[in-house]
Amino acid sequence: MTTVEMTRDAAAAPSRADAAKALAKRRKAAEWRFKAYGVGAIAISLAFLVILFTTIVGNGYPAFVQSSIKLDIFFDPAEIDPSGTKKVEDIRNANYPKLAANALEKLIGASGDRKARKDVTQLLSQGADIQLRNMVLKDPSLIGTTQPVWVIARANVDSLLKGSISRDTPEDRRQINDRQIGWIDKLVADGRLEKKFNTGLFTFGNSSEAETAGLAVALVGSFFMMATVLLLAVPLGVAAALYLQELAPKNRWTDLIEVNINNLAAVPSIVFGLLGLAVFINFAGLPRSASLVGGLVLTLMTLPTIIIATRAAVAAVPPSIREAALGVGASRMQTIFHHVLPLAMPGILTGTIIGLAKALGETAPLLMIGMVAFVIDVPSTPLDSATALPVQVYMWATEAQRGFVERTAAATLVLLGFMIAMNAVAIVLRQRFTRKW
Amino acid sequence: MSLSLLLTLVLVAAVPVFILGLFKARALGRDNPRLLHSRPGYYAGYVAIWSVLPAVFFVLVWSTAAPIAINSMIRGELPLQVLQRAGGQVSLIMGTIDSVARGLPFLTTAERTEIAANPAAIRDILGKAGVVLAAEPEPYVIAAADHLNSLRVTSRWLMTGVAAGLGILGFLFAFSRIRAEFRARNVVESVVRAALIAASTVAILTTVGIIMSVLIQSVAFFESVNIFSFLFGTVWDPRFAGAGDATAQGQFGLLPLLWGTLFISAIALVTAVPLGLFSAIYMSEYAHPKVRAVFKPLLEILAGIPTIVYGFFALITIGPFLRDTGALFGLQISATSALGAGLVMGIMIIPFVSSLSDDIISAVPQSLREGSFGLGATKSETIKLVVLPAALPGIVGAILLAGSRAIGETMIVVLAAGIAANLTINPLESVTTITVKIVSQLTGDLEFNTPQTLVAFALGLTLFVITLSLNVYALHIVRKYREQYE
Repeated sequence: MTTVEMTRDAAAAPSRADAAKALAKRRKAAEWRFKAYGVGAIAISLAFLVILFTTIVGNGYPAFVQSSIKLDIFFDPAEIDPSGTKKVEDIRNANYPKLAANALEKLIGASGDRKARKDVTQLLSQGADIQLRNMVLKDPSLIGTTQPVWVIARANVDSLLKGSISRDTPEDRRQINDRQIGWIDKLVADGRLEKKFNTGLFTFGNSSEAETAGLAVALVGSFFMMATVLLLAVPLGVAAALYLQELAPKNRWTDLIEVNINNLAAVPSIVFGLLGLAVFINFAGLPRSASLVGGLVLTLMTLPTIIIATRAAVAAVPPSIREAALGVGASRMQTIFHHVLPLAMPGILTGTIIGLAKALGETAPLLMIGMVAFVIDVPSTPLDSATALPVQVYMWATEAQRGFVERTAAATLVLLGFMIAMNAVAIVLRQRFTRKW
Repeated sequence: MSLSLLLTLVLVAAVPVFILGLFKARALGRDNPRLLHSRPGYYAGYVAIWSVLPAVFFVLVWSTAAPIAINSMIRGELPLQVLQRAGGQVSLIMGTIDSVARGLPFLTTAERTEIAANPAAIRDILGKAGVVLAAEPEPYVIAAADHLNSLRVTSRWLMTGVAAGLGILGFLFAFSRIRAEFRARNVVESVVRAALIAASTVAILTTVGIIMSVLIQSVAFFESVNIFSFLFGTVWDPRFAGAGDATAQGQFGLLPLLWGTLFISAIALVTAVPLGLFSAIYMSEYAHPKVRAVFKPLLEILAGIPTIVYGFFALITIGPFLRDTGALFGLQISATSALGAGLVMGIMIIPFVSSLSDDIISAVPQSLREGSFGLGATKSETIKLVVLPAALPGIVGAILLAGSRAIGETMIVVLAAGIAANLTINPLESVTTITVKIVSQLTGDLEFNTPQTLVAFALGLTLFVITLSLNVYALHIVRKYREQYE
């Protein structure tokens, strides 16, 4: 080597070392960045989850209390029972809103003119009418007495007290005028207007007024549907899975069934709604909006989930159990039903509960079969008109009145509560009872 | 006796029958149980099956076939000139006969004689009984209604009688066959096996049902609207016909809807794939098992939340947030923009991408990683250059499956996306999707056979075909390339 080359090599050596160091640094930085992306991705996803829960809880928890006014109602016999005979017809047809408005007028000391009267009536809910009537019907001895009654206030009053209607909005753009606000403040100061726990959220049916709208119909409808799914989908699904896993010969027909079931599990839910509409309502003539039809559609949707979960649970039972049963003299059916099935039960139960939880949250197929129904009375049989919890959320989400926003969020919280409870039960079952073979 | 009552009685009758069989079998085996071929329960089950199943089958078949037979009998008795009228008219008359038949049992004998004497009064009298008739019924209608009622009563009695008879005969037959050497267990087990097979065919029937129902209605739709103008049309404007205006023509172009669906799904995938993939990589390669045990279920919660909750979240939070943020920057973001809907849908499918990718990455053999470490690669270089390429087919399959889920999603877009069909590439504008239109075309008070309603089935067929193809293709890819690493 020449001197020049040696110098070049010597000069190159430190820069090669430098280059190597620089490269190592870059690679370490890349490694760190890569890890950071991973952590960042998880953080962002969980942040979305937290934001979702916070906004819904924040919007929803006000709905669990409802403003009510304590009125001293004079059950005027001249109004309710003019003939003095306490006839049921008279009691039923009396003008209760007038009695309530009279009582409120006295409380706030309003003048008796028509405009003031109108403002006074607008502070009370239309449900007050029904409330007072039911009171008198149950106990006609109230006629002629004065009783303190907690009457629900109208939704606008509630929204004002909860802050959704701002006092800063100019009066002509507000739903409540300044005089009414003055009265409301006076009632609050007197302790006559309070927020009480909103039992109506769980006992009222649907209503066009926010303060008298509740989830009772939706809860009963969803319950009927879940019962139908439990009674139909679980036996069918377990039976099908047992056949496919244990008894079916391995031929093209069973392959077809398997592919079929896997595909069914991935079909969009709205297509099941179309199936329900075409077959159950058009062809079989079942009543629209009946929770039975909803239950049937949800059964078809949950069936693939249950079949797949049962097959996995049954497949996890080791062959030694089956062989031992056969060795003791059991027939194949007895092996399946007396030995394999009980051991696979925890897995089957877990799959069932998860399938039910998914079915509870399904909305799209129910929209197709007419469950977007305005139902006021709680259904008594699965053939009555009903609605479901997620469909109720959908219906309320598109209502304009502000009182409905918080109710929709509250209904969402109820739905989420059920889902979390069911999933938690499934997880506990899985951890407690799953055996490691 | 009503159908459900009859069926319940028949099924309840299985219990005493079972007990009788049990007693006889036990009696046979009392002296030496080893003489019995099967355990006593099987003999009892045999007796119960023979008593109940034939009766139940008969009742089901009869209750489906009898109304059809009765209908054609009544129809055959109508006067000739009535039968020669148009088909729709005849079914209207049959409906009237049915309503009258339902009301007749509520009339008193005095009212019946009044009708016999003065046929014109029947409408008022029936009205008082709760049956509303549109027009004055002609005299043959009353006679036909009477006959219909008597036929129905006869049919009911026949059904009950024959069912009871079958039950008793079955019981006697089976009871007499109980003997020590009779192989009851085999018979019972084949019946159970047949029941299991029947349950399995329900899955096939469901698919067949879906395909048939959607196909039939779509074919009816394509009779009034040309299939090519549907598949390639660029304008979606179904004119809802007002009452009496049955000829209002609408335009049913699929392309704006298809574009909206794909656009929103693309935005969702752009959101979900980086987040889901990186989460999966971190959790399967870097995370401590305890951390993984906590964060994996948390991510799964995102998958368990009902989609209506996501839709509501988009409606009250994301939509206004985007609109207000856009106003800050001077951008006009619609409250129902494609960006908002796509973002929320992306949040929903993060767990799909994440858990599927996690499984696939974990399935890559450890030997590949160790070979790469042995050559001096850092962990991130190993993942980027060795593990991900090995897992790529599976990850692509997972992305396709997530995409198929996004395409079929309904509730998020119903609440968060717009309803105006819009062919635009700007994500800040509002677009609509196939699923939104299916919902809006069917949640209205429309007659069933109009194009406006039937188009929902055509759209459903399109959706079904698209998602099915995506799923099949995804599975095909995964299966085809997976073999190289097994």
